[in-house]
Amino acid sequence: MTVRTIADFLAEHPFFAGLDNPAIAELAGCALIMHVSPGDYLFRQGGTADHFYVITRGRVALELFSPGAGPHVLDSAGEGEVLDWPWLIPPYRWFFDARAVEETRVISLDAACLRGKCDRDPRLGYDLLQRVAQVMSHRLQATRVRLLDLYGPR
Amino acid sequence: MRRARPAPPAPACPGPPDPACPGPPDPAGPAGPGHRQAHDPTIPLPYRVVGTFAHTADTVTLTLEPTGGPSLDFSPGQFTMLGTVTAGEAPISISGGPGGDGPIEQTVRDAGGVSRALARSRPGDILTVRGPYGTGWRVQDGAGGDILLIAGGIGLAPLRSAILALLANRPTYRHITLLYGARSPLEQVFREDLAGWSSGPGAIDVAVTVDHAPVAWQGRVGLVTRLIPQARFDPGSTLALVCGPEVMMRVVADSLSDAGLDPTRIRVSLERNMECGIGLCGHCQLREYFICTDGPVFSYSQVAGHLATREL
Repeated sequence: MTVRTIADFLAEHPFFAGLDNPAIAELAGCALIMHVSPGDYLFRQGGTADHFYVITRGRVALELFSPGAGPHVLDSAGEGEVLDWPWLIPPYRWFFDARAVEETRVISLDAACLRGKCDRDPRLGYDLLQRVAQVMSHRLQATRVRLLDLYGPR
Repeated sequence: MRRARPAPPAPACPGPPDPACPGPPDPAGPAGPGHRQAHDPTIPLPYRVVGTFAHTADTVTLTLEPTGGPSLDFSPGQFTMLGTVTAGEAPISISGGPGGDGPIEQTVRDAGGVSRALARSRPGDILTVRGPYGTGWRVQDGAGGDILLIAGGIGLAPLRSAILALLANRPTYRHITLLYGARSPLEQVFREDLAGWSSGPGAIDVAVTVDHAPVAWQGRVGLVTRLIPQARFDPGSTLALVCGPEVMMRVVADSLSDAGLDPTRIRVSLERNMECGIGLCGHCQLREYFICTDGPVFSYSQVAGHLATREL
């Protein structure tokens, strides 16, 4: 039986596609694998964004709680995707609640550890920043299109 | 002012030869050479509503059979001018599978006017059917490769016709994937089909996402483009069929191009204000094209520039 390491999981994840082995090994040094059960929360709105989550299995719903109306599911992320970017950008605070909707496996990367490595290795930092910016850009564009409420009554 | 249509009638794919261009309907009829249309498609024929299925509060699929003579012979992606004697006609997609002499299925969303009258039809009512009109998806062009179908909202209706044709010849195709985006879980159409297509022998990959969801929803939330990276397809041998609101189709087609698909292998189904259905009235003109005869199915390479141009 082959035991797969965290570095293996990271290397196979689309977010890290193209990173060389030394860079993957550096990142793996900040990481651990977590399993989240359906209904459990990875993080809560307003909490400190002290981790970067890489989803390797399952799905997580991003919710915003509205007093009087309850939680709204605004987005979701699943296998092959990541949560999120507040770990990289001050004030390092989560905007939403993240609730697993099925058995979910994530690689949890410690934010302080990651930021420290990015500071010491600006090339790695720039590479990560580009990838995070791409995720932010895609989600922003998708959100703008959804604002049109395309499928609603015309 | 409406521009005059060029004479002689423009070919469906002007300019350099485009091997992936859907092209005009086969003059021999949708069934291919040797086939003969049973009737003049410009003449409305009476069809009886024999069944209705309400998908949502405003969207219904009507099952129609001719009151005499053979049933409609059509290709997936074509439409008819469906009407009532009193309310008039509207272009409506055919959502059922082609072939056979059985009834046809057409899916209508109540957007007021004629569509409201159609959506409120009841079994036993008589409707008028003209057609079929327009180009089809020509799914056979994807034989031997992967097929990626991407639908938004009621755009699943004309793609359902293509899916049923693909399933009827399942071994001819490799991976078939349907990505479907709806406004909310309750506003999905063909929910039973979505479940059925993804199970059993010959199953296809089906992924659904919604824009708005209650907490109880276990599925995906987000724009349909988010489903593309997880889909199984080889960009070099994939035929993509896309149908939904125009902005959605543009965003999807651009995402597919970014993923490596040639725009000539991405087909979109356009919708305009079609009235005559036979390229005479000009209501559905999109620059050099009449949507009703040159379309509604175009390769993205044909229309990408037009979709990004205002006032067209």
